[in-house]
Amino acid sequence: MPAPAISVKDLRKSFGDFEAVKGVDFAVDTGEVFGFLGPNGAGKTTTINMLCTLTRPTSGQAEVAGFDVVTARDDVRRHIGLVFQDQTLDGYLSAEQNLRLHAELYGVEKALVKPRMEQVLRMVGLWERRGSQVLTFSGGMRRRLEIARGLMHSPRVLFLDEPTIGLDPQTRASIWGYIRQLQRQEEITIFMTTHYMDEAEFCGRIAIMDGGEIVALDTPTALKEAVGADRIRIETADDERAIAELRERFGLEATVSEGAVSFAVADGEEFVPRLFAELEVAIKAVNLSRPTLDDVFMSHTGSTIRDAEESASKNRNRAAMQAMAGRR
Amino acid sequence: MSERPRLAAMSTEAAAATAGVPTPPTVAVRVPPRSWRSELRAVRIVWRRELIRFQKDRMRIVTSLVQPLLFLFVLGSGLQQLSAASTDGVDLKTFIYPGVLCISVMFTAMFSAASIVWDREFGFLREMMVAPVRRSSIVVGKVLGGASVASLQGLILLALAWAVHVPYSVGLVLGVFALQLLLAFSITAFGVMVAARITQMQSFMGVMQMIVTPMFFISGALFPVGDLPGWLTVLNRIDPITYAVSPMRTLVFDQLDISAAASATLNPPITWFGWEVPIALQIFAVFALGMIMLGIAIAEFSAGE
Repeated sequence: MPAPAISVKDLRKSFGDFEAVKGVDFAVDTGEVFGFLGPNGAGKTTTINMLCTLTRPTSGQAEVAGFDVVTARDDVRRHIGLVFQDQTLDGYLSAEQNLRLHAELYGVEKALVKPRMEQVLRMVGLWERRGSQVLTFSGGMRRRLEIARGLMHSPRVLFLDEPTIGLDPQTRASIWGYIRQLQRQEEITIFMTTHYMDEAEFCGRIAIMDGGEIVALDTPTALKEAVGADRIRIETADDERAIAELRERFGLEATVSEGAVSFAVADGEEFVPRLFAELEVAIKAVNLSRPTLDDVFMSHTGSTIRDAEESASKNRNRAAMQAMAGRR
Repeated sequence: MSERPRLAAMSTEAAAATAGVPTPPTVAVRVPPRSWRSELRAVRIVWRRELIRFQKDRMRIVTSLVQPLLFLFVLGSGLQQLSAASTDGVDLKTFIYPGVLCISVMFTAMFSAASIVWDREFGFLREMMVAPVRRSSIVVGKVLGGASVASLQGLILLALAWAVHVPYSVGLVLGVFALQLLLAFSITAFGVMVAARITQMQSFMGVMQMIVTPMFFISGALFPVGDLPGWLTVLNRIDPITYAVSPMRTLVFDQLDISAAASATLNPPITWFGWEVPIALQIFAVFALGMIMLGIAIAEFSAGE
């Protein structure tokens, strides 16, 4: 068992009297795709900034690629790649020049700059456009270029802060394509934050963050199973009889809502065939819905991610003002 | 590494980009621990970036020529009618020329320093700040880059020497370039120092204008500093730009064949309480100030998170 790529113990960060991260603990294994899920303002970016050595923790410990983020800052920086939420490219330079600049800043061995650049640019489909000024690139192309740049120095851990925010579905899909390709080709750990529920599904494990704390951490499947039941809705010829039959035969409590009979079962996919075989009332339509990460989020935080975002934005404004006041 | 089946989830765009092209083999890079060589490489690339950007930004080259040209030809020709009697036959344009060589560098250097504010606004500063190199390497590269760009800009004005009756010589070209480089270095260091604290573009340009413009006017770029009213003499001697303009004017006047009287009126020696300050000391003062401000800028950027 190799050492974890990231290990975090009781990490905290306060801005003034506002506690943005309230003591988080977790470990990420080498080669894992680990997701941080939560509304804006939940403390995801602050946590990622502490792991990237951009923000000094108030207390607690964190190691990335085996190095402490406070005492071995440079060693951490040598081994991580970063893709920020806001773009950090030089628009006046060409794609190639941006990557070359990065390679020089990171001290990449000269002989390797060219082949590595070709590899990462081909991966994100920008090799043909390497000579173009970044100003002429679309938002999706820029994000892809930033990912390529983050990979220029073969980082052991790649941090992606909201890598797909504001992108069209097609570009989002291709970015996930690269992430999977990376996982197969290189020994790399990927740590990402997102507030898209559907994307969190792609992660090996996810931590749900809310109000500066990790409220749940597991594989997406396990998290959803923990929430429990699948929901089945059937349209029948006789709803009354169907409900009675469900109670007698299966011991299920069903209700009628929006013109359909609906009830919860542990394993919906296996239950549906039995339902068809054994129910005597004719079934006109059936709908099976599995719990989504939205349900998971709801069950842990008591609110939907959208509501959480609204209440968090108030806190965030406060934190931002304090951070500004605190700065020289 | 062998070709593997592509994921269905991959978009057509990405698939098209990689389909048919065999995936290049993984090139594993190892980032070496920090050393003085990696710091030098960082300084060099930050410096080079400034030059590349300058070269791509033609508009900036043209626009920053407007102000010096106005001073030189409009003000110089206009006031010539008033001043002809008192300049001992020296064209006012010739007199102003060394001052204009300084002003062009000053304002270009100011814009170069402003680029650090832009970099912050557009996020690029972050890319440099997280690199595994010292912040000082980034700041030094930035200041050297700004200084180089400003003195390249100054070279364009050097090409106008013939228009103001200054004959060319190797000494003139090298001397002007060296002095411009020095002045540009100090102004850029000053700008970067200011940029460490002022993060808004408007405020930055406002503060720089507020400081640099009076410094330029007081420096004697446009008038001789011999017999000024007392208060102006004091301000003039405090103004660091004075010590860049005076060596520049001395250098240019050395190329000219003018009377001793004219030289004494138009390019009087700088004095501190009657003591004549040597040109070498003046140059050193500009350099020393630049180094101090560079030091402060480095400290400011290193302290930030």
